[in-house]
Amino acid sequence: MKFPISLATLLFAAVLPAPTFANPHLNTFETTLPNGLRVIVKEDHRAPTVVHMVWYRVGSMDEKDGTSGVAHALEHLMFKGTKRLPSGEFNQRVAAAGGQDNAFTSYDYTAYFQIVPKGALPEMMQLEADRMANLAFTPAEFASEIKVVMEERRLRTDDNPQAQVFEAARGAAFLAHPYRRPIIGWMNDLEHLTWQDAHHWYTQWYTPSNAYVVVVGDVDHREVFRLAQKYYGVNKAHALPERKPQNEPEQKGWRRVSIKAPAKLPYLSMLWKVPRLRDVHKDRDPYALEVLAAVLDGNDASRLAKNLVRGTHIAQSAGAGYDGTVRGEATFTMDGQPAEGRSVAELEAALRAEIAHIQEAGITPEELARVKTQLIAGQTYKRDSLMAQAMEIGGVEAVGLSWRDIDLLVDQIKGVTVEEVQAVAKKYFKDDTLTIAVLDPQPMDAADPKQPLSPAVKTQH
Amino acid sequence: MTMKKHPVKTIFSFLVLVCFSALATAGVKIEHWTTATGARVYFVETRGLPMLDVQLDFAAGNAYAPPGKAGLPGLTRGLLEAGAGDLDEEKLAERMTDTGAQLGGGVDNDRASMTLRTLSAKPERDAALSLMRTVLSAPTFPQAVLTREKERSIAAIREADTQPNAIAAKRFAAAIYPDHPYGVSATAESVAAITRQDVVDFYQQHYAAKNVAISLIGDISRSEAEAIANQLSQVLPAGGTLATLPSVALPESQMIKVAHPAAQSHVHIGLPAVRCGDADYFSLLVGNYSLGGGGFASRLMQEVREKRGYAYSVSSYFYPQLLAGPFDINLQTKRSQVNDALKVVNDVLITFMAQGPTAKELVAAKKNLVDGLALRLDSNAKLLGYLSTIGFYGLPLTYLDDFPARVNAVTIAQVRDAFARHVPREHLVTVVVAAD
Repeated sequence: MKFPISLATLLFAAVLPAPTFANPHLNTFETTLPNGLRVIVKEDHRAPTVVHMVWYRVGSMDEKDGTSGVAHALEHLMFKGTKRLPSGEFNQRVAAAGGQDNAFTSYDYTAYFQIVPKGALPEMMQLEADRMANLAFTPAEFASEIKVVMEERRLRTDDNPQAQVFEAARGAAFLAHPYRRPIIGWMNDLEHLTWQDAHHWYTQWYTPSNAYVVVVGDVDHREVFRLAQKYYGVNKAHALPERKPQNEPEQKGWRRVSIKAPAKLPYLSMLWKVPRLRDVHKDRDPYALEVLAAVLDGNDASRLAKNLVRGTHIAQSAGAGYDGTVRGEATFTMDGQPAEGRSVAELEAALRAEIAHIQEAGITPEELARVKTQLIAGQTYKRDSLMAQAMEIGGVEAVGLSWRDIDLLVDQIKGVTVEEVQAVAKKYFKDDTLTIAVLDPQPMDAADPKQPLSPAVKTQH
Repeated sequence: MTMKKHPVKTIFSFLVLVCFSALATAGVKIEHWTTATGARVYFVETRGLPMLDVQLDFAAGNAYAPPGKAGLPGLTRGLLEAGAGDLDEEKLAERMTDTGAQLGGGVDNDRASMTLRTLSAKPERDAALSLMRTVLSAPTFPQAVLTREKERSIAAIREADTQPNAIAAKRFAAAIYPDHPYGVSATAESVAAITRQDVVDFYQQHYAAKNVAISLIGDISRSEAEAIANQLSQVLPAGGTLATLPSVALPESQMIKVAHPAAQSHVHIGLPAVRCGDADYFSLLVGNYSLGGGGFASRLMQEVREKRGYAYSVSSYFYPQLLAGPFDINLQTKRSQVNDALKVVNDVLITFMAQGPTAKELVAAKKNLVDGLALRLDSNAKLLGYLSTIGFYGLPLTYLDDFPARVNAVTIAQVRDAFARHVPREHLVTVVVAAD
């Protein structure tokens, strides 16, 4: 089973009233409604405000070829009307409460939120509960909104050279796994997406047992649980479609792609396949990979900035990142722009040399201590933001972990040793699991101003 | 990587509302005093979390660049962290990181900022503040780092000059501020012309106690805040007489089209409109909510996005500065439909200025602005934004307490009158990048 919380567990919970769990140290409380909806409340009484989020455990990775982008398109359509609420009224009600709202779609999940004065929480819960079960958007509204989504794709990806490189890198790195598709969808799929596709997505995936509510702010958790039962409790649960694993077959050799787009500086993205976090207690490598990413690019004294941007000045910019809390396949990324007059090949060699150096010599105890110091301080800083705390809870829950694991995740990273960091550097950074994507900058005058550039993806193997 | 329903306008939500919002609803008490060296200090004691935020804002923004040296303010600010006292840039970064603190900041038209977020426990706090003090008082400005940072800056400028959003923003500023420092952007040539002496002189001239507003918020007492402000301000250079910025003139109305191969046209429509502290600001703020500032509650969003699907992002905002800051309507749309979108935007603006807002819109705008205050003040980070803007622009402290009353007092006639005077349509500039 891929996830600690299985589908079976959720459906089982749907017929039994669940106990309330509490962790007084974290001021966090959880309950499960009879319909399977989980409610997680973190009390924070510093200011009279509250963040209310609904997370659906469905994202672009659950889409099928030909209808890529439907998860995100549905997210847009959730702001149309319901059987009870006229179209456009949702935003007006949030605004009238003095609130802010938005939503976001990822590979793994789709989430909606409102930040409001605390007195508006019941109304927000009523609104979210209503659109969880009663969404009603017309074909005309769909036709108009899908044009907005296509404009969003043009803005975010088609006219953004680095985003095109990202898209091409994912497309090359994953052949079978759905992470190969862009979250926003291919333009051609968006052009052919139908009202039925979006409506079907909603009826399949939007159900209390596939969702959880996260509330952080100046609230009493018992009152929130009572309101949740009142508003969300009336929604009926239904079974979810089967989710197939779609695991990526083993990569057996490097892959390279390039993208041509109007730009001045080239851009390079290197992506290795690495393990994700599965067992918060037993896993070690994901924590060591987190530390490795931070030693390379986690603070002002990190190696990539020190050695490549400041020291040799091979790079205009350089970065590294690892996200192990994902439902699907995890990657470790290094990227950057070569400095003017330096080549992509030089930057690639320099980035590889940084890994090679850690493979051979490891990291220093000072670097490790620095990463941990920043991590510990960050635990205090994050509490300044209600939204950051709600995002943290929602993010770990989205991949099948629990909010109860958040402190453990930090403790596990605190336990990482210099030897473990060196070991993961040796173990995972092999060319056979590497994908390299490069931006090949094109002079502006070479492009025909009448013709929008189509993102031509060139693949070598 | 995630996609959002609508774009988050950080400039709007932070700076515009910051200028004139209220702390009253959250019961926040601002303490204010001036140090012996002339630094203005703004302090809020919050004991909820063991942390401290400090921000220094100097009158050292891009508008103060000498002729031909655009980019000098940004370079100077960046180079403060390139070595100080007996620490080189690597040692400085390591020491600061080892305290658990985060040093940040940046430069806009008016100000250069340095921020520090640290744990408030005395050992960490003292270590971080001591480093900040060294950075502010004894920067070494190494020639080699200057040379490298000039190269990076020039490369970034050349890269930005290929990207439609950056081109549009730069052309818009140049067009609405002809012959004014607000309209001047750094170029490869202006950065190349900057010498180490320019950096030293700019620092000596601008990073002075009499030119700074110091904001502190967090887990310290008033007497501790006084000591910190004294320690930070007494080591600053003496400074020179601050140059007076030239006054802003209204531009000629014009349409500027820039060729670019992008799929979308990037559009800005606007002019210089309002300065920080202007009495008309509340009328403009309330009115603009209905025009293009209120997200889905705004007419631009309804007409351009919701009814026609022309754009993902369309909005308007006022951005008050020391001198008249811009009014800006901006959107991106598929290039083949940009003329249709422009017509819709212009129709919305003309109708709004002649007839808007409706009584219903006015009520909705006031309700959101007043009731939404609490959530714009619910963290130290957000409060710091308010404090620093109040401090830097010298806004009276009562301005904040008065905010709900000032918003609620705005009438439809005042909105129309303020828009007519601050947004004279015969001076509107339109910039379209990736125009056919």
